[in-house]
Amino acid sequence: MKLLKLVPDDTNIKFLKWRVPFFVVSLLLIAASWALVMTKGLNYGVDFAGGLEVRATFTERSEAPVSELRSDIEGLGYGSPVVQRFGEDNQVSIRVRLPDEVSADNEAAQAAANAVVQELQGKYPDFRLDGNDNVSGKVSGEFREDAVFALVLAMLGVALYIWIRFEWQFGVGGLFALFHDVSLTLGMFSLFQLEFSLQIIAAILAIIGYSLNDTIVVYDRIRENLKKYRKMPLPELLDLSVNETLARTVMTSLTLLVALIPLLLFGPASLFGLTAAITLGIFVGTYSSIYMAAPLLVWMGVTSNSFIPEETVADRQEKKLRGEV
Amino acid sequence: MLEFPTWKKVMLWAVAIMGALAALPSIASLTNNDWPDQLPDPTVNLGLDLAGGSHILLEAERSQVAAKRLEDMEEGVRNALRRAEPQRIRIGDVSTDGGELSFLLDDAADIDRARGEIEDLMAGTGPVREWDLQVVDGQRFVLTPTEAGLDNAVDAAMEGALRTIGIRVDELGTREPTILRQGDTRIVVQVPGLQDPDALKALLGKTAKLEFKLVERDASAEEVQRGFVPGGEVYPYADTDTYQGTGVVVQRLGGIDGETLTGAIQTFDSQTNEPVVSITFNPEGGTRFRTMTTKYTGRQFAIILDGEVISAPVMREPIVNGQSQISGSFTTESANELAIQLRSGALPVDLAVVEERTVGPDLGADSIKQGLLAMGIGTLLVMVLMIVTYGRFGIYSTVALVINVMMLLGIMAMLGATLTLPGIAGFVLTIGAAVDANVLINERIREERKRGRRVMAAVENGYKEASRAIYDANITNFIAGVLLFQFGSGPIKGFAVVLVVGLFTSVFTAVPLTRMWVAGWLRKARPSDLNI
Repeated sequence: MKLLKLVPDDTNIKFLKWRVPFFVVSLLLIAASWALVMTKGLNYGVDFAGGLEVRATFTERSEAPVSELRSDIEGLGYGSPVVQRFGEDNQVSIRVRLPDEVSADNEAAQAAANAVVQELQGKYPDFRLDGNDNVSGKVSGEFREDAVFALVLAMLGVALYIWIRFEWQFGVGGLFALFHDVSLTLGMFSLFQLEFSLQIIAAILAIIGYSLNDTIVVYDRIRENLKKYRKMPLPELLDLSVNETLARTVMTSLTLLVALIPLLLFGPASLFGLTAAITLGIFVGTYSSIYMAAPLLVWMGVTSNSFIPEETVADRQEKKLRGEV
Repeated sequence: MLEFPTWKKVMLWAVAIMGALAALPSIASLTNNDWPDQLPDPTVNLGLDLAGGSHILLEAERSQVAAKRLEDMEEGVRNALRRAEPQRIRIGDVSTDGGELSFLLDDAADIDRARGEIEDLMAGTGPVREWDLQVVDGQRFVLTPTEAGLDNAVDAAMEGALRTIGIRVDELGTREPTILRQGDTRIVVQVPGLQDPDALKALLGKTAKLEFKLVERDASAEEVQRGFVPGGEVYPYADTDTYQGTGVVVQRLGGIDGETLTGAIQTFDSQTNEPVVSITFNPEGGTRFRTMTTKYTGRQFAIILDGEVISAPVMREPIVNGQSQISGSFTTESANELAIQLRSGALPVDLAVVEERTVGPDLGADSIKQGLLAMGIGTLLVMVLMIVTYGRFGIYSTVALVINVMMLLGIMAMLGATLTLPGIAGFVLTIGAAVDANVLINERIREERKRGRRVMAAVENGYKEASRAIYDANITNFIAGVLLFQFGSGPIKGFAVVLVVGLFTSVFTAVPLTRMWVAGWLRKARPSDLNI
């Protein structure tokens, strides 16, 4: 049986040739992402913004009355809600961001949640409550802090490990690649104003994990080649390493996509945001391993001596005895 | 490479088979198949987002515990000094402003006696000092609560609240509720499969502090607003539709509280047929109730729940049997709720709902079905891709993949870990990680063959060289996973559990297990070329 080969054997793409323009573009993208996050902000779900979210199915109709729902809840005086299709056409998610003074008062927040559900149950006989989340301002603030803390800590933790296992330049490169992935994901969420929830944090973590895998595979090969080809100029050596691992990169990305796409198409609606983010992250993560993590090594001056163990006194004496020195 | 000692083979097979078998009860329960009762059946716990149910986070205010403690101290001091021997110690200018209790002795000569009485009150149960006492200007006593003492008080209040909530949730008759303390001042209540979260909230959110007090007169609106009048306290009516007026003035001291209750049950009033709550006092409470109703027959009593008057009936005759009933505008449900709350005792501290999440049971079941279907399709596609790319080696990888998924499920079941919706995404990622390990190995073998190494050497080198990257990648992910589990919340934790357990199973199945199979095949077939 003839086996499938995704990447031809003699592939030799000059990735590093374009490292400056690509790096500049990436830096611009990172800057643009943060600018977006600062100015436009993230569309926080109830996890991070507080307030309430009600998910419901209208069992007797094929399409949920989205605009009516919006005005119904507006009538309750908590500001305008976000009403979105969620899964099937007759399913909706209604997000109400309570005014600060209501959100801060636990009892008032509970009353508001009840009022919304009762209003809809009273008005629509086929309203089926599928679930609701109600998060107070205080807890949502803690979730935000926790999430940022966990993210930063995870990134620093893995960078430290890479530093110990490889060289400091690799640790910095890896950390920068992760920073790139996280920034771009945040930028994407800000640009399209997709709902940003605790689940998305889980997705970003998955992206970090995946991107890290990629970076380490490439780094491992660079380390190996540094020992093997001691005279080769670094950019050339990096190109060689990336090309050598390219078949693996393509295959792994493809298998992950193949596993994720059914989840996007047939998975539960509540998992869509998470899977979509991971899917996007696979591209971003692969790109950053090649175009961020590797070129940084050139600029930070990794040399082939980095991984040669220092000669010990004993070694030298042995060599002397053999007359090699 | 080809040398696999028998013990090693036995061990690898044993771990793989046992791990995979451990998943069977979970698979049976997830797909609604019967699992024989005789067999052990640890199944993986489903998070509420999958199983349906309610998650409620309750929080107490530390400041409230502090205020109540100060109040209790004030009452204790007043009582102790009043009862002091040989004659009472008179004090004035009592204040609890600024979080400390201070008062002035009328007579400076009482200072040593007063100090003695108060030091008795200050002695806590533990070794820590709970209060600091200062005497200013020889006559003013200042009692300041210590942080350690407050910590103890908060802790005791939360433990008490935990017990009370346990009783209340049990009364709902739901299966396997989880009630846990979280941090210093929070309690998580999770009830799988709960149909009516409102009932749960109503049950938990109420302190259920019950008091009976003698009514002086109706209160004016301003008095209700102010909350107190000299010598008395003002309570508003809970239900102003039924009761005329805004509230009542009651005597501040005296009265009976709910702690003397031994029973409470929802019944119907024999005359009006309205739902009421019948209550029974313990002997001490019964005696006090009898004394009070005898002395004040014909007067109005206020029945006060959590600071609001439920009803204020006139006591027509002394109540001597230690039983009474509380009427008010109840429905059968609300009367039953109150009965449960009274039976479980008052919460030692008010708890507010700060987070609530409910997932309808239908939706949860749908999510599982869709999630499993998607995972199944995904796994199948991955398998096809692996086999068309790597042939025989792909087959080994895919068998390992199946064992991996089962082991992951099985180990989670044995650990009692919880599978959540983000956990399903974690599963997909683990599948990716497992496949990646095999991709690395197989690509490496391809490379080694291309460089002209012989079959055995190529396979051996493939495993050896690829392992370094595999272990490094997995250890970094492990570090990230552990940090996430430690510092993350909710969905992040659910994701981290799968990630961490999955790292172990995927490395195990992707490296040593496939290596054993490949070695076995190589030894038997002795191929001169590899189709990879």
